Amino acid sequence: MRLSQQVYDALREHGEQTYPHECCGVLLGRFTSEDGRSVNDVEDAIRAGNTRTDSAHNRYNIAPHELVKIQRTGREQGLDIVGFYHSHPDHPAQWSPTDFAEAHWIGCSYVITAVEKGAARQTNSFLLTGATEDDKAFQNETIEVTGQLDPGLEPELKADIA
Amino acid sequence: MTIEIPTPLRVYTANQSAVAVDANTVTEAVSALLARYPEFKKHLYTPDGKLRSFVNLYLNDEDVRYLPQGEESAVQPSDTLSIIPSIAGGGLAVQAGAPSA
Ligand SMILES: [Zn+2]
Repeated sequence: MRLSQQVYDALREHGEQTYPHECCGVLLGRFTSEDGRSVNDVEDAIRAGNTRTDSAHNRYNIAPHELVKIQRTGREQGLDIVGFYHSHPDHPAQWSPTDFAEAHWIGCSYVITAVEKGAARQTNSFLLTGATEDDKAFQNETIEVTGQLDPGLEPELKADIA
Repeated sequence: MTIEIPTPLRVYTANQSAVAVDANTVTEAVSALLARYPEFKKHLYTPDGKLRSFVNLYLNDEDVRYLPQGEESAVQPSDTLSIIPSIAGGGLAVQAGAPSA
């Protein structure tokens, strides 16, 4: 998947702001493909509220009515929902069994940022592949951050992208 | 009316993001969609015919489940029916050191 430095920073900052709770949001953009592999081109990250106020430190849920509105907003801009992001407060940026069981948007990117003691660390993206619920799978995908104003400025950020 | 197709299911609607159908109720609208794109059915319904728990149907801004008439609610040509799979995740809090979600 590909996104701008600005969007990348924004979704990581969201996780820092909601710490110790999980943040979540929607990625709007376009489905593209390069050399036969799909690349989700993200234009914008839209913040969503986490409805799991009962267990917000380790659960997230985006209200469907919010998704309907975000999908409509995207449509008006010629953008599709191409992914989602959430944070893992004090846990690695790896998907959990429940993340996988509750992932239903095949073809979309699921971005997870580990937030350690309030600071965003690793950010990983997983592409939900397959054709149906029965053969879906999470595949690691690279995050290409574009439009860095000064690539030499923040080496620790670049290390997190790997 | 218009039925909005979420990105993962467009592969079953020849890549169309919205499908126009003639219908008087939500049920008729879904039936018209499935008649045109039969492959769609198994993604919306379980083998025993129930709407999959993670699939939400929204008539404009209202959850069809909570409309007084449910799927028998009347629809107008200007209405939009959105099919929205849920977005959620969770960790296993009982297990020490388990990843969060
Ligand atoms: Zn998670």
